[in-house]
Amino acid sequence: VPPDSVDPVPRLVTPGVTIVAGKGGVGKTTVTAVLAHAAAAAGQRVLIVELDGKPVLRSLAGDIPYRHISAADSLAEYLREHGFGRIAKRLATSGVIDVVATAAPGIDDIVVLGKVKQLERTGDWDVIVVDGPAAGHAVTFLTSAAGMRDAVRAGPIRTQADDVLELLEDAERCQVVLVTLPETTPVNEVVETAYALEDRVGVRLGPLVINGVDRPDVELPPKSRVRGRAAGAAADEDRRLLLEAANFRRRRLELQQEEISRLRAELALEQWQLPLLPVAALGADDVRALAGQLVASPS
Amino acid sequence: VTADPSLTSVLDGAEVIICCGSGGVGKTTTAAVIGLQAAAVGRRAVVVTIDPARRLADALGLPDGLSSEPTRIDLGPSGEVPEGELWAMMLDPAAAFDALVRRNATDDEQVERILSNPFYRNMSRSLSGTQEYMAAETLYQLHDDERFDLVVVDTPPSRNALDFLEAPSVLARFLDHRLFRLLMMPARRGMRVMNAATQPILRAIGKVVGSDVLADAVAFFQSFAGMETGFRQRADVVIGLLRSDATRYVVVASPHRDTVTEAAWFVEQLTDQGIDAVSGVANRVHPRFGDGTAAAARDAADAAESDGDADGAALWRNLAELRALAEAAEQELAPFAELLGDEPLGRVPLLAGDVHDLATLGEIRRHLFPAPG
Repeated sequence: VPPDSVDPVPRLVTPGVTIVAGKGGVGKTTVTAVLAHAAAAAGQRVLIVELDGKPVLRSLAGDIPYRHISAADSLAEYLREHGFGRIAKRLATSGVIDVVATAAPGIDDIVVLGKVKQLERTGDWDVIVVDGPAAGHAVTFLTSAAGMRDAVRAGPIRTQADDVLELLEDAERCQVVLVTLPETTPVNEVVETAYALEDRVGVRLGPLVINGVDRPDVELPPKSRVRGRAAGAAADEDRRLLLEAANFRRRRLELQQEEISRLRAELALEQWQLPLLPVAALGADDVRALAGQLVASPS
Repeated sequence: VTADPSLTSVLDGAEVIICCGSGGVGKTTTAAVIGLQAAAVGRRAVVVTIDPARRLADALGLPDGLSSEPTRIDLGPSGEVPEGELWAMMLDPAAAFDALVRRNATDDEQVERILSNPFYRNMSRSLSGTQEYMAAETLYQLHDDERFDLVVVDTPPSRNALDFLEAPSVLARFLDHRLFRLLMMPARRGMRVMNAATQPILRAIGKVVGSDVLADAVAFFQSFAGMETGFRQRADVVIGLLRSDATRYVVVASPHRDTVTEAAWFVEQLTDQGIDAVSGVANRVHPRFGDGTAAAARDAADAAESDGDADGAALWRNLAELRALAEAAEQELAPFAELLGDEPLGRVPLLAGDVHDLATLGEIRRHLFPAPG
């Protein structure tokens, strides 16, 4: 049974803010771009938000509006807007921001999320896709507002933390999409992250995206026929390579399917899959094509 | 450009090996494998890892996980590793920072004041760069430790290769900041409570973060008085070791565009700093299955098809698809390989399973350090 293709767009329009999180190398940035292109192709007004300053996402964004949010700039802007105009610039340039961020850990995360909330509130965008921090940091990034609410009783930062929490805890406005690969370590890590986010943040977990899935419909002759192939069909060396390659493919497919089943058993989340592509230097066009190849895990 | 696929030369004369690269590329595993190889050639190696995956501890035969003290790894039946030793430990940045404060403080009372200060606790746990600095500091101590003749470090996943190299001076600067001097002024003048109204920056910070938090910061910088010089001197010594000829850098990547971009950038940054001893490791590289191309395999599939050999066609097509993945991976790695020039670039093929025991680590070792001949 070929897997059903999914239309991610309705799941991106509500909630309007999607934070994509996943460990390095799992394709978090690619998934961010894929989701953004899917929504843009459907005529939605899409904004891509990027927090790391990595150049790759910009090239994948194509003509989709793109915004880089840095903690230092957001903190400076925040201070400017709260009546510390003259000082904000000095703060930013003299490195005092480091001291502020250390005095109140998480303040940088909160101003960044506050900026995302502000963009959401403009009403200019139907869909905002945020290329979030790497999975390990995702939990700290998203828990900082709750931490701040507990630590600070009043003042502008407290108000900001409250606003951010309102966004994070509202399943109609915001979700986290976790990305993983169908392999042991990434699966272990994504399960851990999902539980931590659920327990400590109370943010809605959207569909889980499994990236780099080999197509399960690949045609390989049954093992018995592969073994029994007449030696004359190909030179001996070729024959050895063909058998090795077939065994390798089969073992990888089995492992991937095992990991996908394990994910289903451990996380009650809808699963979306993206295929493994033999393409180097993925570009905006590849990503647009990928958006059409998003499928649901067969249940 | 065909780089040497063996990392054997990296160990020659090395006292410190630093593995860097973006997160999720297998830095920790690479560090463990280098340690394993060092032990196999008779060195006494200690591997320091940051945030190790559970499975690595299992693979090293440490069911209780790694400790923040070096633990000797049982490498199995003797004879396999004749002379060498492998030790492993996990970095505990906060504990390392506490130890540094203890060493530099003038008396117990100063230690107590600093360690119990909330600003200090935040700083030792979450100030960006602290992890890197403590890794460098720990590395320095292990380098001095007579039990070991090689230290292999797995760096925190940084945005910047130089974070690690610069962390000691960044922290020294932080502690010697203009703000610090500003905060110190009232104390020097003998004022118990500073007059915040005369200092707009402090007033602003206080308004944003709250006055309690600001008071903690002020108390910290006051308690810290007198220790800056010691910290700065230590930072200079640590930096000296990081830049010495006995320190080698291994940049780790996987064949994905973002990790390769990052790795290539790391290599450039290190080279710009005059550090030449940089080699590379590419993990999770798709195997090629022979020397042929994907296109050739596709042609063979078509030929088999027209011969009516459906199974043969399917097998060739499978080979073509796997080779296409391998070719894409090679293409992704090309900029990295080019920057490394004549320096070694080891390749570890995508393994069917996870690294879960010493045997798997040994398998990776055979790829990075192939036996001569």
